[in-house]
Amino acid sequence: MLELIERFDFFSAVWMTVKLTLWAALGSLILGTFIAVLRLSPIKVLQWAGSTYVTVFRNTPLTVVVVAANLVIWNQLGLEVAARNATYLDDTNFRLAILALVAYHAAFVCEAIRSGVNTIPVGQAEAARSIGLTFGQNLRHIILPQAFRGAVTPLGNVLIALTKNTTVVTAIGVAQVSHAMRRMIEFRSDVLFTVFGLVALTFIVLTLPLGILTGWASEKLAVKR
Amino acid sequence: MSAQAILFDAPGPKTRQRHLIWTALGSLFVFGVAAGVLWILWDKGQITPDKWAPIFTFAAWKQYFVPGIQATLVAALVAIVASFALGLILAMGRMSDLRVLRIICTVVIEFFRAVPVLIMMLFVFFMLVYTFRMRGGTAPFLGVVVGLICYNGAVIAEVVRNGVASLPKGQREAGLSIGLSSSEVRRMILVPQALTAMMPTLVSQVVVILKDTALGYIILYPELLNSVRQMGSRFGNMTVAFTAGAVAFIFLNWCISKVAEWLERRLQRRGHTAGRIAEAEPGDVD
Repeated sequence: MLELIERFDFFSAVWMTVKLTLWAALGSLILGTFIAVLRLSPIKVLQWAGSTYVTVFRNTPLTVVVVAANLVIWNQLGLEVAARNATYLDDTNFRLAILALVAYHAAFVCEAIRSGVNTIPVGQAEAARSIGLTFGQNLRHIILPQAFRGAVTPLGNVLIALTKNTTVVTAIGVAQVSHAMRRMIEFRSDVLFTVFGLVALTFIVLTLPLGILTGWASEKLAVKR
Repeated sequence: MSAQAILFDAPGPKTRQRHLIWTALGSLFVFGVAAGVLWILWDKGQITPDKWAPIFTFAAWKQYFVPGIQATLVAALVAIVASFALGLILAMGRMSDLRVLRIICTVVIEFFRAVPVLIMMLFVFFMLVYTFRMRGGTAPFLGVVVGLICYNGAVIAEVVRNGVASLPKGQREAGLSIGLSSSEVRRMILVPQALTAMMPTLVSQVVVILKDTALGYIILYPELLNSVRQMGSRFGNMTVAFTAGAVAFIFLNWCISKVAEWLERRLQRRGHTAGRIAEAEPGDVD
């Protein structure tokens, strides 16, 4: 097993998975919050824009989004996301993968935050309105802080799903864990079970602490009412 | 409680005016994005008859769309039926009175939920190809289906177990007091009611299964994404082909989620269950 890890540079593949997860998590948190704000706003057009985004990306397979990022957005429409140097292709695919993961998971982040909003008692927003806060102030000081605290569990679930979903970007050749797995098996099909065990263990090691952490955090951060 | 209701009062004249301004700005934003996308498409020569005409031809449907959608639906259907069966078995095992069985099922469920679907698919596919020397289209098909069954079976098992846990305690007690054994209570009283209560969630899980069939692209199962890509290469209209493929997926999944929402409303009106009706959301984010 150690020989496998060394020969196929497994740890750099794990590091790539971690990098993809972190960047995509950051991006989808920002975009998802923005879309949640659109959906919560009193303006019909913005609500519609937000819910259309969520409907589209929740119902499109991630594989389609990832492959389209490469074949359509980059290849056909010519969006350049990396400088033309020695690592041009690797950089391009890495960034396109993050773009696709962000676009897809933002829809789920938006729904998680909305479910967090639903944990807030009516009285909070009513009190905020009665002391004269505007929609923006209400959102910034009263609704969103409590919504994030109430949404820790669903957000954690999105993060765990995101970690697992980074495997899909092997479709455009980003060298993360599932890509390493394919290469390992293609060269060493005699140790198929060892490879599978190693990869499965990697994901258990990556996601188990996340699950425990969100469980702990959701209790710690929950607004005591 | 709807989010909108708690956030706003009925608007007065000043607020209505402000909303009007925001509506104008919002429309500008939406139209700006749409116009930007259209302009890029136009600029790159994607909005021309020779790019769009092929997808409306008989050949495109006969060779690409219909076989693709068919392969996607076949894989999804087999996976749905089998993962519901596996889910029920695993749920029964996890609630069993036998400690050993309970532990085994718990480990199996947690393992399949932690390992990404694609990893399962790759494993099954490569095992069939390298260990069992399987040739042709069976290995990709089995890879897709078995991968989906393992993951979704585990998720459905958890949904069923949550459904049973949400039933009032009296259901079980009443069953025991009329002399049923504890496994009979589960089989005849608890699980049927849990299934009814969780039906909207279970139908939403179908969306997840249908979406994940697209992972078959990676192990060369000829599903919709694969045929869309082939069509794009053949007619030189990748953008259009992908748009059509995405629309097909969105339409199929949207229909299924509407069914789930309809079920949720209907069951809330007249559900034959003591449990709380679940929401029309998938059992696990995916």
